[in-house]
Amino acid sequence: MNITIGHLYPDLLNLYGDRGNIQCLMKRCQWRGIQAETIAYELDDPIDFSCLDIVLLGGGSDREQMLVCEKLKEIQKDFKEYVEQDGVVIAICGGFQLLGNYYKTDNGTITGLELVDLQTEQGDGRLISNIVLKSELFDMPIVGFENHGGRTCINGNKPLGKVLYGSGNDGQSGYEGVIYKNVIGTYLHGPLLPKNPQLADWLISRALEKKYGKPAELAPLDDSQEKEANDYVYHRFVKKDV
Amino acid sequence: MKIRRIAAVWAAKTVGYTCKKLGRQGVTWAGKIALKLCPSILEELSAQVRDKIFVVCGTNGKTTTNNMLCAALEAEGKKVICNHTGSNMLNGVVAAFVLGAKWNGRLDADYACIEADEASTRYIFPAIKPDYMVMTNLFRDQLDRYGEIDTTMNILEEMIRKVPKMQIIVNGDDALSAYLAMDSGNSFITYGISSPVMKNETNEIREGRFCKRCGERLQYSFYHYSQLGDYRCPECGFERPPIDYDARDVKVGDQLCFTVEDKHIVANYKGFYNVYNILAAYAGVRTAGFAADRFNDMLRGFNPENGRMEQFRIKGTGIVLNLAKNPAGFNQNISAVMQDKAPKDLIIAINDNAQDGIDISWLWDVDFDLFQDESIRSITVSGIRCQDMRLRLKYVDIPSKLEEDVEKAIRSCIDNGTGNLYVLVNYTALFSTRNILKKLEGEKA
Repeated sequence: MNITIGHLYPDLLNLYGDRGNIQCLMKRCQWRGIQAETIAYELDDPIDFSCLDIVLLGGGSDREQMLVCEKLKEIQKDFKEYVEQDGVVIAICGGFQLLGNYYKTDNGTITGLELVDLQTEQGDGRLISNIVLKSELFDMPIVGFENHGGRTCINGNKPLGKVLYGSGNDGQSGYEGVIYKNVIGTYLHGPLLPKNPQLADWLISRALEKKYGKPAELAPLDDSQEKEANDYVYHRFVKKDV
Repeated sequence: MKIRRIAAVWAAKTVGYTCKKLGRQGVTWAGKIALKLCPSILEELSAQVRDKIFVVCGTNGKTTTNNMLCAALEAEGKKVICNHTGSNMLNGVVAAFVLGAKWNGRLDADYACIEADEASTRYIFPAIKPDYMVMTNLFRDQLDRYGEIDTTMNILEEMIRKVPKMQIIVNGDDALSAYLAMDSGNSFITYGISSPVMKNETNEIREGRFCKRCGERLQYSFYHYSQLGDYRCPECGFERPPIDYDARDVKVGDQLCFTVEDKHIVANYKGFYNVYNILAAYAGVRTAGFAADRFNDMLRGFNPENGRMEQFRIKGTGIVLNLAKNPAGFNQNISAVMQDKAPKDLIIAINDNAQDGIDISWLWDVDFDLFQDESIRSITVSGIRCQDMRLRLKYVDIPSKLEEDVEKAIRSCIDNGTGNLYVLVNYTALFSTRNILKKLEGEKA
């Protein structure tokens, strides 16, 4: 078995330890004997989505997102087709915002990829905090860090999780992120995947299932260190120890 | 008003003295109280500096550069006010002036060397109106506090424009800092290193790959580290400016050696990045009009004792303590540690207090895989976020021991280690770790 991860524009969208997400996916494949490779695309590279099993769209500054969004228009159609055919996508921070219809900032509006029906508007001040979620998909909580000026409305879509600590999509709804088909969008970095191994494995098994046409059984790994790191954040911010 | 000023100085000195007696870091408190009693204290005292005021800004190297600049000016026989400890927000800067003033509220100083936190320049620049600004570099740091590098640059540019007569002494190898200096309209002097020195094949995160002026991808003929190097924009002509103070024949080993102008500089430091700190200080004294003939002698005696590559010897173990608080700084630390080929133990302590930045995701932007080397006999992770650090290492296949308590970690390495220990810590872990090492040093006597 093998997995190909497409990392979109890391030279522009690489804030907040996004590299750790790639490293995590690669290692968790390799530790199970699944071959894994990552293709890092720069702005001018053509992207053949048919050879990708997981696409990672990371975070960047507003200015850098502005540079990227012009390019995204060219790949929008292929990317949309990939998503509609159950392609796996993990989009973080700026990447989450770019999944949607638009991101309205004080300096103008960034047109999104229109892959998921959501939109973002810049709010007063940034939402900056450790954050903890409970997701229906996993028994472990999802932990991470958020730092965003945008407030995202996911319309009728399903959120990634309920906010136990922190602000979430818009600081009010009590929910964070989005799940649409095999796409996950979220503001959580920290980076997201190493401390949330169940989420990492969800992406890998979805990718394998789509590629090989049958449910994938992932070999268990020793996740004790991942669990301890996750637990630490959960207990510090949610379930305070007495 | 003179009475208020004197009251402020007295109160601050009393607080500073009391805190010192109690063994606490009282500097920022002293500044806070002085400001309360006399809101214009910083304007009043800084106006009494007889010659010139320097500020040092930039992500990395501020404290070392500023202290070195201060020592270089003192070597020229000048009296200098300096925030030595690196307290670089408004209160810390105020404290440097009030604690340096006499009991009659007068300041006896020829120069001031002030390192300023980038976000605090808002309050510091208008008050002290610096004559020179040293701009070291801009890297990603504390994104939870500053948001994005772009935000930091906007603040700095706004403040630079408010002091149009201020001359900027800028690291010409950093496209971001150089752009800032050029775009501000202020006059500027550059320092840099025009030939490649170290092999740089790492997969480092590099900021500002795209031209600040036009958005095109910058072309580099080489990188020193991170985004520092020789760049040009193929679109708009923005490029590395001519370098006024250029370090030639740079050698990095147990010592640093290089030539600038007609002077051969030898410094007993590790770490390539210190070449930039030395150059910046040198360019500073030269720009202020000194021949800097005593510069190299000054370096020989320069020992800031502030946890920057600070050396200890405890029960036969040689220990180097160093601050590593963001990816660019950490990567340079790793490179300095790996210059030492002898077997060694390592402690990495990571906190996430407000002054560190509460977001520790930057750990994943550091190239820890360079620690996959047989000379590294053990790594112990410590500090508040030791679990995160351990996980970071796991994903580059490096096992580590977890010991939340820094003192226990150090004791264990001294008792069971190779006799060669490096302790890399981020900001709030620095003072406490340094105190522990000082204490252990005392124990043997």
